[in-house]
Amino acid sequence: MMSSSPASGAVQPGPRPAVSVRDLRVVRGGREVLHGLTFDVPRGSILGLVGPSGCGKSTLIRALVGVQIVKGGTVTVLGAPAGSAGLRRRVGYATQSPAVYADLTVTENLRYFASVLRAPRSDVERVIDEVGLGRSRDQIAATLSGGQLSRVNLAVALLGAPELIVLDEPTVGLDPVLRQELWELFRELADRGAALVVSSHVMDEAGRTDRLLLMREGDILADGTPDELRSRTGATDLEEAFLHLITEKAGSPT
Amino acid sequence: MSAAVTLATMRRILAQLRHDHRTLALLIVVPALLMVLLRYVFDQPMVFDRIGPMLLGLFPFTVMFVVTSVATLRERTSGTLERLMTMPLGKLDLLLGYALAFGLVALVQVGVVLVISLTWLGLDLSGSLGSLVLVSLLDALLGMALGLFASAFARTEFQAVQFMPAFVLPQTLLCGLIIPRDDMASWLNAVSDVLPLSYAVEGMQEISARPDFTATLTLDVAVIAAFTVVALVLGAVTLRRRTV
Repeated sequence: MMSSSPASGAVQPGPRPAVSVRDLRVVRGGREVLHGLTFDVPRGSILGLVGPSGCGKSTLIRALVGVQIVKGGTVTVLGAPAGSAGLRRRVGYATQSPAVYADLTVTENLRYFASVLRAPRSDVERVIDEVGLGRSRDQIAATLSGGQLSRVNLAVALLGAPELIVLDEPTVGLDPVLRQELWELFRELADRGAALVVSSHVMDEAGRTDRLLLMREGDILADGTPDELRSRTGATDLEEAFLHLITEKAGSPT
Repeated sequence: MSAAVTLATMRRILAQLRHDHRTLALLIVVPALLMVLLRYVFDQPMVFDRIGPMLLGLFPFTVMFVVTSVATLRERTSGTLERLMTMPLGKLDLLLGYALAFGLVALVQVGVVLVISLTWLGLDLSGSLGSLVLVSLLDALLGMALGLFASAFARTEFQAVQFMPAFVLPQTLLCGLIIPRDDMASWLNAVSDVLPLSYAVEGMQEISARPDFTATLTLDVAVIAAFTVVALVLGAVTLRRRTV
């Protein structure tokens, strides 16, 4: 029903980015955890958020989908402030820990979320295929393995035709073949015009993104394409590049 | 607010219950069992005729309070509530979905207890069956609405379960079930005046004693309904789209 062409509402056509974050500050538990982040995510591209656990990835993701109370700065998503009512059908979101009903089957879960999103019923079968859960479609979610459960969680985020898809660690605990398949799916979604924000702490996945934000302690350490980051640091792999950037930052007077 | 989303939510909650056979059985069997026990503990039809209907108001209230407070807390802790809050789902869609689903369950629950009470246990009712069902259903919805609201103050399921004795037992003591409210000390009577369960029990007393829909009963129904609506609105306020 909804295509990638921004036809409706407050969205401006043209080259405006899908996400535009300016000087974002977030305070949690009396401590500033995001210190004024600024970046854009163009349509039709995959942005990788990489950094150690506790660096603020999940908080940033929560701010993008508009469930995080922010202290300062702006988050604009598809031309509207993050979390505004008009965006709720156009943004797909999967949290890190699976947020599905453990006592429902895979199909029942997806059917419910599809009706909340007013997505066509056929979407349920489509997303089950996309995440490769065909054989467990009638299984109760509580009896699924961790990897299967995180794929159900991911499937919910793909319902409807979201123009922005925000995924927090979607490939944790999956075998390499499945990870490969999911990244191919992410690429396909981006080619169809969606913008994706995918967090990960696996560096070899980071290489599959169009752009990387390396995060550490609530700051952006580096922002660029994987190739740029590698050549800038003279490193052969991203893990090494990341380490290089950390030492560089620690060495420079701030 | 959308009827389709409200109904989808109702169906989802009913599907969850359908998968949980034990909870479903407990919901239906326990009140009926208690009613049978009550009948034979008193072993005097007159006393049972007086107390039975009051308990018919109390069971759905208590059960729905516990079930809803735990169900909502699970919705909060599992992250599904946050997920729903990022979707085009109105807070009222969720609350009414719960109200419809648990209202239906309460209807079955009260129906089973009623059939057993009126046939096997020989309960003698002066008032109409319709008003009895109406008041017990309202009591169930009241319990549900208070449970929804109370769950906002629980961080864990341990706490949520403790809210039952904290919210429900004092009301049970003061509602006129054990000692008539007029015989209580005046300050206790005053406290019981502002507790919803007092009106639930009073309504049931009216139905068991008088054949017509009295003015007192009308007032009771209105008060229970008002408490339910206020608790639902307060419950909606506790559902936040944005959190720290």
